Amino acid sequence: MLAQLKDQLAAGSAEDYLQSLFDKIEHSKLNAFTTLAKESALSRVNEFDRKPWPGLLAGVPIAIKECISTKGIETTCSSRILRGYVPPYDAHVVERLKSEGAIIMGKTNMDEFAMGTSTETSCFGPTRNPWDLDTVPGGSSGGSAAAVAGGEAPCSLGSDTGGSVRCPASFCGVVGLKPTYGLVSRYGLIAYANSLEQIGPLTNTVEDSALLLEIIAGHDWRDSTSAEKGSYLQGLKDGIQGLEVGIPKEYFGEGVDKKVEKAVWDAVSALESLGAAWKEVSLPHTRYALAAYYVIAMSEASSNLARFDGLRYGLRKEIDQDWHTTFAEIRSEGFGPEVKRRVLLGTYALSAGYYGRYYLKALKVRTLIKEDFLRAFKHVDLLAGPTMPIPAFKIGERINDPLSLYLADVFTVPINLAGVPAISLPCGFAGHLPIGLQLIGRHFEEATVLRAAQAYEEAMPFYLKRPEAI
Amino acid sequence: METDVIIGLEIHVQLNKLNSKMFCGCSTNYHTDEPNTHTCPVCLGLPGSLPVLNKKAVEYGIRVGLALNCRIEEQTLFYRKNYYYPDLPKGFQISQYDYPLATGGHLLIKGDSGERQIRITRAHMEEDPGRLVHAGTIDKAKYTMVDYNRCGMPLLEVVTEPDLRSPKEARVFLDKLRSILEYLDVFDGNLEGSMRVDANISLAGGDRAEVKNISSHKGVEKALSYEITRQRNLKRRNIKVVQETRHFDELRNITVSIRSKEQAHDYRYYPEADLVSVRVADWVPAIKASLPELPDAKRDRFREHYSMTDDHAKSLTSEIKVANFYEQVARIAQPKLAAVWVADVLKGELNYRGLTVDSFKPDHMAEIVNLLDSGRVTEDAAVQIIRTILDKGGSPGQIVSDLGLTRAGDDTVLRAVREAVAESVAAVEDFRGGNERALNYVVGLVMKKTKGRADPAEVHRLIMEEIEMT
Repeated sequence: MLAQLKDQLAAGSAEDYLQSLFDKIEHSKLNAFTTLAKESALSRVNEFDRKPWPGLLAGVPIAIKECISTKGIETTCSSRILRGYVPPYDAHVVERLKSEGAIIMGKTNMDEFAMGTSTETSCFGPTRNPWDLDTVPGGSSGGSAAAVAGGEAPCSLGSDTGGSVRCPASFCGVVGLKPTYGLVSRYGLIAYANSLEQIGPLTNTVEDSALLLEIIAGHDWRDSTSAEKGSYLQGLKDGIQGLEVGIPKEYFGEGVDKKVEKAVWDAVSALESLGAAWKEVSLPHTRYALAAYYVIAMSEASSNLARFDGLRYGLRKEIDQDWHTTFAEIRSEGFGPEVKRRVLLGTYALSAGYYGRYYLKALKVRTLIKEDFLRAFKHVDLLAGPTMPIPAFKIGERINDPLSLYLADVFTVPINLAGVPAISLPCGFAGHLPIGLQLIGRHFEEATVLRAAQAYEEAMPFYLKRPEAI
Repeated sequence: METDVIIGLEIHVQLNKLNSKMFCGCSTNYHTDEPNTHTCPVCLGLPGSLPVLNKKAVEYGIRVGLALNCRIEEQTLFYRKNYYYPDLPKGFQISQYDYPLATGGHLLIKGDSGERQIRITRAHMEEDPGRLVHAGTIDKAKYTMVDYNRCGMPLLEVVTEPDLRSPKEARVFLDKLRSILEYLDVFDGNLEGSMRVDANISLAGGDRAEVKNISSHKGVEKALSYEITRQRNLKRRNIKVVQETRHFDELRNITVSIRSKEQAHDYRYYPEADLVSVRVADWVPAIKASLPELPDAKRDRFREHYSMTDDHAKSLTSEIKVANFYEQVARIAQPKLAAVWVADVLKGELNYRGLTVDSFKPDHMAEIVNLLDSGRVTEDAAVQIIRTILDKGGSPGQIVSDLGLTRAGDDTVLRAVREAVAESVAAVEDFRGGNERALNYVVGLVMKKTKGRADPAEVHRLIMEEIEMT
């Protein structure tokens, strides 16, 4: 879709198209966007219409998650503590998009500091699911997913620490990719849990996902953990004849919605009819993943969020007192309850005397989980299962029950712990709400993941159905 | 030496000969620039920025580790040291914890009771925080300004075992360390804040006090002397010394308590996932091979090769600049005589004027030594030449001819001796009466008559002859 859009924009008017998106957003009930970069974006497309430039995304608008730094555009992680912070630099991925001719149209809503599964903890208020306005879009990249699903942006970037791209992709019926840890530079991504997270695309189609990955992936000297990229568009449509697909038995059964389970099994049958073979595999440590994930993520968050003290940027009190009082007051006022909960728990987990009992133990579990995947990938090329155990839930339904929210991440967090790539793409509906199929690949084998997703999407084009709620 | 004194040091050494900071490309050459002009998103800890290890800094660290006879860790591992302070823009300092770069070394010093081996526990790498400038004194300041130019400067923290037995030994150790660091060309000790010391001190059986952040070697000696007196007085009055952190007030030469053990930090060390381990084991052989001759070795060589006294050898090798200067002189002038004149005369004249050896040309020194060696000028004249060069400039040859400093001819001296003896009847009588020193008056008179161009020893001999003759 993006490739065609690009051609249309070059032939027609990029300005008219962008303006139509802005008009739609103005009248939207989704609250997908936090900031619209109207002035800079319109002046760029105007320039483009007068003298088109080349590039894989020439003239194409893109929405960027609120935690990815954009030079000159406020970047807050949807937290009060960062209100007013305008980064003086672009994240690596934003530089890459700009160099391929894309237009940064605005920033999208998220759970505060990416800590959530529903985009309800944002200081800008909740984002709504385009399929049902009383329903959450998933999170934390809820704004990025809702914007694409609702037709307010042709594509967007999110970030995925424990499922934050795949969960909203699943709930909003779009394609969301979490690349291998290290494939995409994190330079400019405001850290929540830096050993787990990756920036990933949210798009209407698998091909669009591959196109965006082609642009944002690759080594960046400013991120020491980043690696060289592969090729993702080439061979994308080669099919999956002979591909071995593993079905992790731990990803089905108790706690999984029956409609979700059925849709995923239907998808497995579809893959089979496309020439793939499937067999059951086991990821035996899956049940420890949530505990390990939350200990690691919260510990890292307690350190990553320490820099927000109001001294150099962001929230500032009218009257300063001594250092400790002032920064404590700013943090008390600037952080929401979920952020405080995670910072406090993470601080506790890293404290002297508890480090070994929690953090180190979680790291050991992480190794076991990674080994689960490596073992499974000796026998199969790909793993398939549900992205989320349930379809999207009602706004307000779970926000006061953090544990039930954490439990919803059960099939997404093991992927981040292992560092492997995974994609979520629509595979059916539970009533009027979309269901996501998760395909998981070996480290740095995004090409295989995308090829399988492409084959499935061609056979079962659920993306053609658009939400009616808006 | 008081045998119950136990001192251990932690020395923060800025590797300030590096061109860029520890984790970013900012220049280290900020000392004469405006505050906050050598900064970037990384060293300011802006959200989304990531550290990139300066490999040259690690190489410098290894150089120091090897010079201190340490074992070098096979690969780098950095940790986050978490604490809140306004000079620390990320809310944590990237440092090392388990697996520091260098461990288990030692350094030989001339202690209070002869040569002593001081054990080095470890040397680890970390980034310097910013610099706080208090409006007034630390305890009474109304506000504090922060300069982040220093933030991210590469630091090596050298930690000793509690092997030092007196404040003087501590100072000797620090002088020796500085000398080695300058030999290694990793450090310029003349820059402000380039070496800062935390000194731990206790009396046998008592708790220790840590005096933090002392910026000069003399300050360390004074602070420790003050602490010994303070702790002795407490002991005498049967008051227990409490474990605490103290601040050295350089103006009042006292230490004051700033933090007790109960308020001690829990730094929540945990591995820094944004940096990948760098394997350095393979670097070590080449670095070892490239190490320059160190002070002790140079001293031995000077003594043997140039046949100078051990005192001269020590004096000439304590600073690499002086050693290099001497060797340049010794290449063109008689080495033993050059040693005496550089070590005893030139260094004194430079010290007196607060100058370094950079203010004198080795060629000039060699010329002066050659003039002396060939008997063309007297020692007094040579001193006069050195002083003239330092105070007014010029070259030895020019000064000799301008001031008429060529050694007086034999006739002139002999004439002056005869005149002087004739004019000093009383002094000569005294001398004959057994007052040996009476002759000094006559020698002085001759020197005056020859305007210092005669050699005092020679004059003395001539006077004796003259007296015997009459």
